[in-house]
Amino acid sequence: MATGVAAWLPFARAAAIGWMPVANCPMPIAPRDNSKKQDELIILNVSGRRFQTWRTTLDRYPDTLLGSSEKDFFYNEETKEYFFDRDPDAFRSILNFYRTGKLHYPRHECISAYDEELTFFGIIPEIIGDCCYEEYKDRKRENLERLQDDQEENMDLKMPNMNFRETMWRAFENPHTSTMALVFYYVTGFFIAVSVITNVVETVPCGATANQKDMPCGERYTVAFFCMDTACVMIFTVEYLLRLFAAPSRYRFMRSVMSIIDVVAILPYYIGLVMTNNEDVSGAFVTLRVFRVFRIFKFSRHSQGLRILGYTLKSCASELGFLLFSLTMAIIIFATVMFYAEKGSSSSKFTSIPASFWYTIVTMTTLGYGDMVPKTIAGKIFGSICSLSGVLVIALPVPVIVSNFSRIYHQNQRADKRRAQKKARLARIRIAKSGSANAFLQSKHNGLLNELLELTGTEEDEQKLTQKSISLLESQHHHLLHCLEKTTAHEFVDEQIYEQNCLETALQTYPSRSPSVSSHDSSTRTCCSRKRKRNVPLPNTSLPTTHSTHQGPLQELSAIHIQCGDPLSHTASRSNLNLKTDESSRINCKSGRITTAIISLPTPPALTPDGDGLHGPPQRRPPRPPSHPPPLSIQTTTSSAGANIVKVSAL
Amino acid sequence: MLTMNLEGLEMIAVLVVVVLFVKVLEQFGLLESGYDDSVEDELELSAVRHRPEGLEQLEAQTRFSRKELQILYRGFKNECPSGVVNEDTFKDIYSQFFPQGDASTYAHFLFNAFDTDHNGSVSFEDFVMGLSILLRGTVQEKLNWAFNLYDINKDGYITKEEMLDIMKAIYDMMGKCTYPVLKEETPRQHVEVFFQKMDKNKDGVVTIDEFIDCCQNDENIMRSMHLFENVL
Repeated sequence: MATGVAAWLPFARAAAIGWMPVANCPMPIAPRDNSKKQDELIILNVSGRRFQTWRTTLDRYPDTLLGSSEKDFFYNEETKEYFFDRDPDAFRSILNFYRTGKLHYPRHECISAYDEELTFFGIIPEIIGDCCYEEYKDRKRENLERLQDDQEENMDLKMPNMNFRETMWRAFENPHTSTMALVFYYVTGFFIAVSVITNVVETVPCGATANQKDMPCGERYTVAFFCMDTACVMIFTVEYLLRLFAAPSRYRFMRSVMSIIDVVAILPYYIGLVMTNNEDVSGAFVTLRVFRVFRIFKFSRHSQGLRILGYTLKSCASELGFLLFSLTMAIIIFATVMFYAEKGSSSSKFTSIPASFWYTIVTMTTLGYGDMVPKTIAGKIFGSICSLSGVLVIALPVPVIVSNFSRIYHQNQRADKRRAQKKARLARIRIAKSGSANAFLQSKHNGLLNELLELTGTEEDEQKLTQKSISLLESQHHHLLHCLEKTTAHEFVDEQIYEQNCLETALQTYPSRSPSVSSHDSSTRTCCSRKRKRNVPLPNTSLPTTHSTHQGPLQELSAIHIQCGDPLSHTASRSNLNLKTDESSRINCKSGRITTAIISLPTPPALTPDGDGLHGPPQRRPPRPPSHPPPLSIQTTTSSAGANIVKVSAL
Repeated sequence: MLTMNLEGLEMIAVLVVVVLFVKVLEQFGLLESGYDDSVEDELELSAVRHRPEGLEQLEAQTRFSRKELQILYRGFKNECPSGVVNEDTFKDIYSQFFPQGDASTYAHFLFNAFDTDHNGSVSFEDFVMGLSILLRGTVQEKLNWAFNLYDINKDGYITKEEMLDIMKAIYDMMGKCTYPVLKEETPRQHVEVFFQKMDKNKDGVVTIDEFIDCCQNDENIMRSMHLFENVL
């Protein structure tokens, strides 16, 4: 029962008294209405805007949020109202639904936002009234198409494991996926153009030779043209066979329009080969040559505009059909009239009705060749009516086709635009995300720095340390990540460090230390850094944090940090050479300490802290380890405070 | 020039030209061709509005309290913003309560019963008066109302044909899917039973007195009259 008429239920029940005298059996007992509540006003506070309505209004639809007890979850005891943290504008339509029983879709709303609101309040969108339903459905369809486009894009990028056949098919369909595909695409395009031009030039008269009149070029240079034709057909045949091989569903491929065009393009050649120069079949042979012009349709694979045009024509089939039908009707009518009108005049060209068809068509399309002209007065009058009506009849369906074309074309353009914007959008989103990931590492680093500074007690460092005040949310989040680290006894690191470590573990470890190593380091460092530069840029981090993975737990590293309390040592100076442009860099670790602390290392050579430093905080170049080890590589990071903390990675 | 022999087709051609000429003149407003009813169409739409009498008057005339009248009016006006119900809307509303069958015939009779001044529309006063009788009236008044409902031509007598119409309308509301299956003659049989009970002097019609007498003697009917008293 439509509860919109719930107000009339008392009336219907009262009117049932009319059945009583007629009834033969006793009536059932009426249900008691125990809740003798008076109808009360309910206040609904939606993001500050207060709506008020009767309770009974909301009770009309008991399977929605507002009509059921679900709204009690939103009841605010102090203000005695129901508070919803939603969009007040959209809420208007929803409340109107309760009042009038009809759900309207406001046209200025975004369709997905509106859908979300409806879902939140438990209203199914299908009950949108007729006045707004069409608009709603249209917008929904557009949205779906857009989502589908995005999905298709994603699908293109995935699919890592494809066999050869699928790769080839993808290469055929999207030439931009690989260089080979692009080359193939351009080559076929070139040959299509060559083939078409050949066909055209074949018929041009080439200039008279001595004893013969003008001949078309095709007959003069038969061999050359034949070779060209053969070459093109070879390419096309190979292409067709390759496509046939790569197609996921061969049967469907063979039935598709493009494949039929391909076949039609190359068949005449083969048929020509097979047939000899018989006189009776040469007529058919000539016809076959005409089909060679269909090669030009192969360009539709290369041009999106052509495809759109074809698609438009297909989708406007009904309008085209109507146009054709109305034109035919008009042609027949006017041709008949003209024939009979001109019958009387002498030497009239209107010899029969079909002959008048030509006149009618030429006149209705306002071509007016003038080869057939009416001479009688009646003929002239009807002829003028014919041309006037021709303009009208043709002008009417054309805008429909044009608007269809425009819609499809714009849709395609939108898809292209979205694709172009997508890369930039995704890149920016990714940067923002990695910023937040780095924030955690950043805070850890800061935390360790704080510990270190407490131990060293240098005050200027404390001042220089950026006191980033972390919000409660962030600190809780970081605590959570920290707990996870403790649980799994693993740590979060930067991408670069991770790659470094992978690289290092892949290489053999051998003890080597020489002064030349540092220069070697620098060279490797620079080339590594150059190579790795295209990896993740970290625009949001004010200083690049590095945190190495260590086989042991975190405590070891902390131990190292704690021990590195000494200022610059002599051995550290060499590493200073490696540090560029960092005037405030100090290496706080003594080499010896480091050695002893890292007992877990397999090869404990005498170490020089070959630091390859991090070159200054504002620069974005990632810190590079030496790729040929010393077994220990020490990376120094410079914080903006200038304190150096040497972190050690184990090999 | 005018002595030209106008042959058949030429005549037709000239006729066509003349017709086109006339049409063009009409477009320019130089020739009026009697399209007078376009102006009147626009006046019809805005006439149907109705405002009920004041709350005090209605309170005096009916047996509803002020609050009840308020609730009733809000519901009424919500469904019919123009303030009156015409027969089609009435049928629509009533049919929504009986989705399985066809309630339009019975709704038609109901409408006539409510529309006491027979002006083709039920205003709020009609509505509330009717309800007042049905819900708060004495048994006598209710029976009177029921008699009025059955008496289709309002001549004071219920004939068998009238009763048959009413009965068919009631059974129509049941629809097809009933148990036991509705047969053709069920309404007729029911009418027979009714007349046997009500028609004391067997003259083929039931008068108001026969009706009221008979109903007051029937316990079932008496009890059911009080059934809907606490509807509002």
